[in-house]
Amino acid sequence: MTVPVRLRQDETFVLNLGPQHPATHGVLRVKLTMDGEYVVKAEPVLGYIHRMHEKMAENGTFAQFFPNTARMDYLHALAFNHGWALVVEKAAGIEVPERAEYIRVITVELNRIASHLLWWAAFLLDLGGFTPLLYAFDDREKIIDLLERVTGSRLTYSYMRFGGVCNDIDDEFIAGTRDFIKQLRSRMPRLYHDLVTHNIILIKRIKDIGLVSAEQCRRYGATGPVARGSGIDYDIRKNEPYSVYPEFDFDIPVFDEGDSMARYMVRMHEMEQSMRIIEQALDKLPGGPVMGKAPKVLKPEAGYYYSAVETARGSLGHRLVCNGDKNPFKLKLRSPTFSNLSLFGEVAEGMLLADALAFMGSLDLVIPEIDR
Amino acid sequence: MLNRTLVALTELFPESVPALAPAGEGALEPPPRETGVLVTDFAKHGHHLDVLCRPDQVVAVARIMDGEGYFLEAISGVDWLDQQQFEVIYDYNRLGGEHCRVMVRALVDRNQPVVPSVSGVFAAADWHERETFDFYGVHFQDHPNLIRILLPEDADFHPLRKDFRP
Repeated sequence: MTVPVRLRQDETFVLNLGPQHPATHGVLRVKLTMDGEYVVKAEPVLGYIHRMHEKMAENGTFAQFFPNTARMDYLHALAFNHGWALVVEKAAGIEVPERAEYIRVITVELNRIASHLLWWAAFLLDLGGFTPLLYAFDDREKIIDLLERVTGSRLTYSYMRFGGVCNDIDDEFIAGTRDFIKQLRSRMPRLYHDLVTHNIILIKRIKDIGLVSAEQCRRYGATGPVARGSGIDYDIRKNEPYSVYPEFDFDIPVFDEGDSMARYMVRMHEMEQSMRIIEQALDKLPGGPVMGKAPKVLKPEAGYYYSAVETARGSLGHRLVCNGDKNPFKLKLRSPTFSNLSLFGEVAEGMLLADALAFMGSLDLVIPEIDR
Repeated sequence: MLNRTLVALTELFPESVPALAPAGEGALEPPPRETGVLVTDFAKHGHHLDVLCRPDQVVAVARIMDGEGYFLEAISGVDWLDQQQFEVIYDYNRLGGEHCRVMVRALVDRNQPVVPSVSGVFAAADWHERETFDFYGVHFQDHPNLIRILLPEDADFHPLRKDFRP
């Protein structure tokens, strides 16, 4: 429980957390003003891995931006692929064959599980538990092997194309995916929940810690598991259905508590929902081509376009402005953790430093995606 | 929801016709508009409403959106070099309930880019406005802490301007 304490402004010191700190997962820096062990003010300092992807988008053609998308959120790269493909297909009016959309959904959801597994491992590592990482990485490795088989890469995928995907999936991939789901389902209760979720040490560290209210989520524009852990039933896959998601039966896990435990539970349940989506997609997988007709040189009509997808961390939006040329006139990437992190300062105020770090871990930050 | 928002917003634009950039190469969306609010085809554009307002109206728009329960998704800048204008785009969306996306945009003189800050209404605007300032040099009036966010603090350029040469 975060104890409300009277913070003294006169005897504080500044603690520099990061940009090279294991708990910040990359190069995030937080300038903390501390009163003893309590945080008086937390100020995230961004930009240490800023690469100006938006300018790169303007300088190249639409297709040339695909490799960039995977290098922002390297944990859920296929969702970033998907988002870019969808907004340009919307602007240029490109049709995608049904089989390709199914394959996109299967691979994106596999990637989502891998992302949550890595978050889980890293989060527990932050809290001082090393062993769970070994289990999570064992399962994640299977996903990465499967995705390597179809996409050709292990982390920074450029698998999607305008009009489809570049490789069809084969029987071995399908069988391997089914095996993987079977394995993760059988391990989930014992290795994940008995060992960790019900562990009293974890519960003491994250229950009632880092309370985020639904109103705070709205004011800061927080989405994804952060919003769903605060009782907001909002998932782009349901609220603004894209691709072939409406054809599947799945639930959006929502927890009302708003603490770090709620965000933890949202992600644990999401893995099961992703597995349900993958199973249904494999069962219903239609035949046909995986690439539709798309012109070699794209010149979308001048205008304003917006498209959003649900990544493992929340809503990824693309605000695209076209002027009829063969490269984007303007692309704004609305990355989910940029908004999710912006509420950190307000929430971390008055927390113990150790709790603030546990709270930061529960936000699931991917720094290259914040800094773009 | 769409109608409610439309009614709330239309009150802002009784008979004013917001200034449109001159048509021509790379022109803003034709045809010239009668009022500030336009209903757009969601399937084609990804937003339900397209609101064009004057810069001094963005805070009023934000208050309306706040009252209607929207959240601010992003703020983007656009550099219309040929028209000598900056455009600031505010994307509003709803967290659940009936779905409605609203794009609000305002055009400012490129040589004197000053827009009032909406960070007093939406906390999310704080970082997004800092980013737009960082990349375009658009100055957001009354922003509590308008400093660079992604670029180094000693940078003396605005890289997303179309005439920026590294």
